[in-house]
Amino acid sequence: MSARDFLDSIEPHFIKGGRFEKYFGLYEMVDTFIYTPAEVTRGATHVRDGNDLKRTMTFVVVATFFCVLMAMYNTGYQANLAMEAMGLDKINNWRSMPMALFGYSPANPFSCMVHGALYFFPIYLTTIAVGGIWEVLFATVRKHEVNEGFLVTSMLYALILPPNMPLWQVALGISFGVVIGKEVFGGTGKNFLNPALTGRAFLYFAYPATISGDSVWVAVDGYTAATPLSLAANGGLDAVHAANYSWAQTFFGFEPGCLGETSTLAILIGAAFLLYTGVASYRIMGGVFIGMLATVLLFNIIGSDSNPMFAFPWYWHFATGGFAFGMVYMATDPVSAAMTDTGRWLFGGLVGAMTILIRVVNPAFPEGIMLAILFANMFAPTIDYFVIQANIRRRIKRHA
Amino acid sequence: MEAYVSLFVKAVFIENLALSFFLGMCTFIAVSKKISTAMGLGVAVMVVQAITVPANNIVYHTLLKEDALSWMGITGVDLSFLALLSSIGMIAALVQILEMILDKFFPALYFALGVFLPLITVNCAILGGSLFMIERDYNFGESVTYGIGSGLGWALAITVMAGVREKLKYSDIPAGLQGLGITFITAGLMSLGFMAFSGIQL
Repeated sequence: MSARDFLDSIEPHFIKGGRFEKYFGLYEMVDTFIYTPAEVTRGATHVRDGNDLKRTMTFVVVATFFCVLMAMYNTGYQANLAMEAMGLDKINNWRSMPMALFGYSPANPFSCMVHGALYFFPIYLTTIAVGGIWEVLFATVRKHEVNEGFLVTSMLYALILPPNMPLWQVALGISFGVVIGKEVFGGTGKNFLNPALTGRAFLYFAYPATISGDSVWVAVDGYTAATPLSLAANGGLDAVHAANYSWAQTFFGFEPGCLGETSTLAILIGAAFLLYTGVASYRIMGGVFIGMLATVLLFNIIGSDSNPMFAFPWYWHFATGGFAFGMVYMATDPVSAAMTDTGRWLFGGLVGAMTILIRVVNPAFPEGIMLAILFANMFAPTIDYFVIQANIRRRIKRHA
Repeated sequence: MEAYVSLFVKAVFIENLALSFFLGMCTFIAVSKKISTAMGLGVAVMVVQAITVPANNIVYHTLLKEDALSWMGITGVDLSFLALLSSIGMIAALVQILEMILDKFFPALYFALGVFLPLITVNCAILGGSLFMIERDYNFGESVTYGIGSGLGWALAITVMAGVREKLKYSDIPAGLQGLGITFITAGLMSLGFMAFSGIQL
């Protein structure tokens, strides 16, 4: 019996009048996740395209593939490096059991990969499990479908957390993101903030000790390593060079940081995929980049004697921290970004400019992209409004 | 000059009256359903704020502050306990006068602002602005800057709020949260976004 036959055989229980009518959302989730839905639009007015919501969402998850690989490799690599530096030959938690097979050498790619995976997967699975429960609960009670959007949210959310985040905080964050950030507004497509970032921002302000500072970016307990960006926040480019970080190293992603955001290269591969498939808007990405570039150049020209960040060059801004990740995966969220074409350029520009503004002039936060995107998300509907008003005025003038 | 610029930026973003101090919430929530209306109210608040804060500043410095009456030859009198009362009175009076002037000379603007002008009299953001001015001991130039800046910040916040609420019209909000409930959640999430500015030292 194939899975299709099995699903067809149990379907009567879930449709209206069936025994498990209430749980139709669950059935529908499994069915449409595995198979293409049979329902298609009828009538003559629709443009039919294979690129439905489901494929759009899965493409984003696919696009994070290299980020996930790098997340695992780099997390393990950093952890192994730290253990080597501390002279530890064994890690003191449950991970030591599987790791006994591979050893802890930073030069051994298998060891790095597995070690990193042992950090990434607990976080990712917790996110999926807890967030999934909320999704299904809301879908069941409110009788809407469980949407693939959650796969994107959970993947992106897991990738922007530090490797050693306590799992109960991971669970709390995704609960906030999914429930307050999305479900209270009615689910996918109806929220106004990016749910993954909402969850992270909640954790950022509620539990700053486990998501900011210098001791959380490498998975080994008690090891302190500042990210290149927080080095720069204190001492500018000189401090980054003094810590032996080269630009290429931060570009390829061999630096401490959140799980999936370190490798700009992996992110750019994902960006190419998203742009090629038309899932993400090149206008938003372009806007973020231009906004970043313009603001950095402005600060470079202004200069400052007391704040070394003013002189931090744009290509370093681009490679360090979460800038690239935010630009490619977070700002381009079609729901919370601006909807009009001109608005997307403006929205992106706002994200880029705000990011640099926070990085350079706000001493409280070394990284700014998360709050910059949330900030721009708030402004997106207003930006759209003004773009539309301008368009109306222009057309009135033209046809008057 | 630089001090005024940083005070202005601080008043607009970092110490935003609506989203950092949660002042003027009643109008902020009641009149933020449409962007155009919200902008009208925002402009009105800005104008009133730009007039009342400096006016209260003059009153405070010439009449109420300790030894302020020395220009009349009276010393040792401290009337600053009357600041709250006089601020409210000044705001109410000024808004009345402003309304009459607009009605007489700028009828278009008067009708555009409509009911908002008298409504603003009881807006706590306006009173808050004047009280902050007294608390922080601004001089006249600073009070003008702060008045315009804080008014602009409030106008910005309510416009953005209206934008979000216009978007939320297409949302599918659970029955129990519709209306005020979701608006409070929205305002909370918005101030999360405004946290981007917290910690900036100017």
